[in-house]
Amino acid sequence: MKVLVCIKQVPDMESKFKVASNNVWYEDTDLAYRMNEYDEYAVEQAVRLKEQVGDCDVTVLSIGPERVKEAIKKALAMGCDRGVHINDNDYYSKDPYQKAQMIAEFAKDKNFDIIFTGLQSQDTGSAQVGVLLGELLELPVVTTIVSFEYNDGEVTVKRELEGGKKSIIKVKVPAVFTCQLGLNEPRYPTLPNIMKAKKKEILTFEASELLKAENLVTTAKMAFPEKKGGAQILEGDVAELVDKVVQILKEKSLV
Amino acid sequence: MKVLLVAEYREKALLETIYELNGFANSLNAEKVFFAVGYESNLPKVAGKLYLADAEKYGEYNPDVHKELIKQVVEKENPDYIVFSHSSYGWDLAPRVAAALKVGQLTEVVAIEDNTFVVPSCNAKLRRFVRHTPGKAVLTIQAGAFAPVVDSASPEVEKIEASAQAKLEFVGYEEAEAKSVDLTKAEIIVTAGRGIGKPDNVPVIEELAKALGGELGASRPVVDAGWVDHSRQVGTTGQTVSPKLYVACGVSGAIQHLAGMKKSDYIIAINTDKDAPIAEAADVLVVADVMQFVPALTSKLK
Repeated sequence: MKVLVCIKQVPDMESKFKVASNNVWYEDTDLAYRMNEYDEYAVEQAVRLKEQVGDCDVTVLSIGPERVKEAIKKALAMGCDRGVHINDNDYYSKDPYQKAQMIAEFAKDKNFDIIFTGLQSQDTGSAQVGVLLGELLELPVVTTIVSFEYNDGEVTVKRELEGGKKSIIKVKVPAVFTCQLGLNEPRYPTLPNIMKAKKKEILTFEASELLKAENLVTTAKMAFPEKKGGAQILEGDVAELVDKVVQILKEKSLV
Repeated sequence: MKVLLVAEYREKALLETIYELNGFANSLNAEKVFFAVGYESNLPKVAGKLYLADAEKYGEYNPDVHKELIKQVVEKENPDYIVFSHSSYGWDLAPRVAAALKVGQLTEVVAIEDNTFVVPSCNAKLRRFVRHTPGKAVLTIQAGAFAPVVDSASPEVEKIEASAQAKLEFVGYEEAEAKSVDLTKAEIIVTAGRGIGKPDNVPVIEELAKALGGELGASRPVVDAGWVDHSRQVGTTGQTVSPKLYVACGVSGAIQHLAGMKKSDYIIAINTDKDAPIAEAADVLVVADVMQFVPALTSKLK
């Protein structure tokens, strides 16, 4: 069985963001990067599937500059077998269609049985790449999965709907799945597995080798939301803050 | 300008989100056409033509077939925008329609400014102003971004059929776990967010909830990590609450969480980050370390 997991490296969302000088993206130096949270669930599910079926080869793919190899290495240390890096310093100007097209170009002759992606990225949040990839490869796609069971070429999943409700879907492989938070518990790579991962192969393609599509969506600018000036900001010593909050609660008759 | 607005049904019930799409279309002053795979017995109250495919026949969730049905309507009506709610149905179907039409998609639109669509980025800490190539585009609209509009009219129904094949098999719905805690009735909720750091800190938040005579709530990451039971989750995939007092402890304020709590009467947020999106919803933002501030507040209240 052949499995592909598509991951993205994103800044830690607790970071202090600055708008970059090009005005269409955030300043990407001085940020701490990590694997997109949704994609961690995708990697974990791929590794669990490999553990279940045994004869299974898991490729992890990421698009971006040199630094995204760190996310690929983490996925290899979690148990993926090989990495594919689509080297792209201009990653932020690619739209979801172009990203999906590049991945589809790589994947089209590889006969992957199952492709996992995250539901969305934490930075752009388009929630499109996984679905577009499936459409380009003419494969069935199931989004927002919170459970995954593989049995002899057929997969049963639960999709998360609003308000805690779920729907149950069956699909035959080959198929694409986009992973929602809570699907599983992503593992931490162990030291021996981190060492083993260093020997695993990472193939590199240049984005220009794979890109054949024009973009359909462009970013005109990036900006901070206008402050509506709603919240009263309280700062200072903890004891003073406690007194202020107690006073507010009393004024509002909440205590 | 003409827009095609896509309604949703779940277990034979029309979802009210269609009225937000109606409000969105009105804000554009656009000509409106509607589409649904639904039930004739339960139609939206909107003025205009509604293309209706039979949900008994095609299924409430059958994206490969719904996509073909929408394609047919697009050919007939030639709309400028095909508009979905940003929901589990919308974000699943919209990219399929965009791919079929070979047009761009703008996801989770919250506003239109300077002829661009505004979409959140980086957990809503930033916003992107995005444009599509000339011609059609697909949009998904963030829940709550546009005020709902119900027309005092019935749509003019035109039925449509499809011959496409389903690639997926819908087996059925699974109900939400029975809620052991009904947060919708709580007058005071104190919510633990990821900023509390570790599961051992949950009791500290719970103590404050008790001291205030309220219930413990939780944000999604805290529930996913197994620190607090799902029955206490506040947000789109948990419970939507409107207490008199909502205290958000170490909650950054993801859109899905805000959607579930922003109707609270009075909101106090405790966060070290002044720029956290929760500050937009809060009445008071206490800039402090949750684990220093909360125990101090609890002991003062006692």
